[in-house]
Amino acid sequence: MIPLAPLLQCTQNAAMVEKPLRILVIDANRIRASIIEDGLRESGIASVSVVDDTADVMQRVVEIDPDVIVIDLETPNRDQLEHMFQVSRAVKRPVAMFVDSSDQDAIEAAVEAGVSAYIVDGLKKERVRAILDMAVSRFNAFDRLQRELDAARSELADRKTIDRAKAILMQSKGLSEPEAYGLLRKTAMNQNRKIVEIAESLVVAADLLGGEVKK
Amino acid sequence: MATAIEQIRAGFIPLTDSAPLIVAQHRGFAAEEGLELILSRETSWANIRDRLAVSQLDIAHALAPLPIASNLGLGPFPTRLVAPMTLGFGGNTITVSRSVWRALEARGATPDFDPYRSALALSNLVRDRAAKGNGPLKFGIVHPHSAHRFELAYWLAAVGLRLERDVEMVVLPPPFMADAIATGQIDGFCAGEPWGSLAVRDEGAAILTTKSHIWRASPEKVLAVRERWVTQDSDRLARLIRAVWRACVWCDDPANHAELADLLAGEKFLDLSTDILRLGLSRGLITPAGAPRKVPTFLAFARNAATFPWSSHALWLFAQMVRWGDVPFTDGNAQSARATYRPDLYRAALSDVDVAIPSANAKVEGALSRETPVGTANGRLSLGPDGFFDGRVFDPDRLQDYLDELRSSGG
Repeated sequence: MIPLAPLLQCTQNAAMVEKPLRILVIDANRIRASIIEDGLRESGIASVSVVDDTADVMQRVVEIDPDVIVIDLETPNRDQLEHMFQVSRAVKRPVAMFVDSSDQDAIEAAVEAGVSAYIVDGLKKERVRAILDMAVSRFNAFDRLQRELDAARSELADRKTIDRAKAILMQSKGLSEPEAYGLLRKTAMNQNRKIVEIAESLVVAADLLGGEVKK
Repeated sequence: MATAIEQIRAGFIPLTDSAPLIVAQHRGFAAEEGLELILSRETSWANIRDRLAVSQLDIAHALAPLPIASNLGLGPFPTRLVAPMTLGFGGNTITVSRSVWRALEARGATPDFDPYRSALALSNLVRDRAAKGNGPLKFGIVHPHSAHRFELAYWLAAVGLRLERDVEMVVLPPPFMADAIATGQIDGFCAGEPWGSLAVRDEGAAILTTKSHIWRASPEKVLAVRERWVTQDSDRLARLIRAVWRACVWCDDPANHAELADLLAGEKFLDLSTDILRLGLSRGLITPAGAPRKVPTFLAFARNAATFPWSSHALWLFAQMVRWGDVPFTDGNAQSARATYRPDLYRAALSDVDVAIPSANAKVEGALSRETPVGTANGRLSLGPDGFFDGRVFDPDRLQDYLDELRSSGG
């Protein structure tokens, strides 16, 4: 067992455990925050608040006085929050999730996903564990969606560039569309480059040489 | 002879003194040792701690007291860490808002970074405010387990002020300090460069004094490494120490400062204008009167053994933790703090390199009033000046006496 900091120890009122949980989600990404919020509501938690502006995090924590804080690791106020938890009498004392490090896998999964949690000391771990697991899986899902979206965006941009390059070739060399595409592909193969790179060079060159061949 | 490049995940906080890790990677010193540093910019020291704990980071740019605090079980996520080298002596400033500066100037502070006059003026201001029923001044620091807190508290205590009693302490990320001054959330702060100079430029703030005025050769950041990562592969650690040490030497050379400022200014690192970074690097800070002034002992990356992890530095930091009630003074705690800094690993890594390494692991801090040649195993080395502004001396072998002395003097 790793010893807890004495400051973080506090006695737990047993009655509090039975009360409905109040949860605060701190995440500057509004879309992701609302996805987490939905997940919490779906799992039957009525009292969920979201803070997406880091400027007033401290004030909101005091107002809401949450039992659990789910927090994006990129939030720049984490050191400030942890200090407040130690010294402030205005809030219950939350501690970082898994202080006894008995759930190494769960900790790793959370940090890997970019999310962490603070819980009021003494809350039953099983109750909170489900919340963190949900947050972790939603953070991961959001990350996956974001990557897919980025990939789709760049794919779309690539296709537009290739279309423009084809149009330039069709106009300037009097080629059909398949012939223009064939020429781009052949050039790419010969130069050991991607088709989109050849298309980009062509579009840039055409722009430099004058706007007469624009689609 | 390395067959494959070994990757090391390294965390840093955007500060001028994160330069050694960035330079090790981007000026080829890591590659020379068969290493690649995968640099990860973090937004909080809590992130650095958590990512080290779950092995997402192998090493990090860390506050000098942070690994000690972690090994003493302080904070929510204690992990065994070692500090095999220091990343330099401090480039912190104590900076206040323009209105506080005016109040201090009226009470005898001078625009020359003199720590004693500014502290005396501050004690008068604190008393005057209390007499009028005004609330305490608020000072920002970057983390409770930071050299910033200890030097600020030390400076205040020398004139009878107590941090957290007479002056309120607020924890804020360094990039937020200038804004917090502008909005009146804080009246002053202690943070590493370039954030002091930035507050001067953008918000008309005033640098009162610097870390190096309070303690002339004092550790600021260390290389923090997970203990398990150290024991896994001692050769890899030695290569890392050499790469970062060479980077520190490169960073210390004024001939490289223009290039270093350009590198640090990059979007992936500090993402700021080059000129603001050059101020701290050139040790030329702007006084409250608006004039540039050289501070020769400010921000040392390598000179005067600035990378050597002195046991006496670890123990001084530990003494401050005891002084301000973070941990009780026990032999076990003192031993744990001392053992966090690892001069043995530093020596082993640099034994074949042409560098002068101090023969001793500890020294009496504050004993050197000028640069002084000292004994080394393999060359000439000068240490100091390393004095404290109040003339106090710290003997690591007489820890209890030091603490008693502080207590009897009202600290």
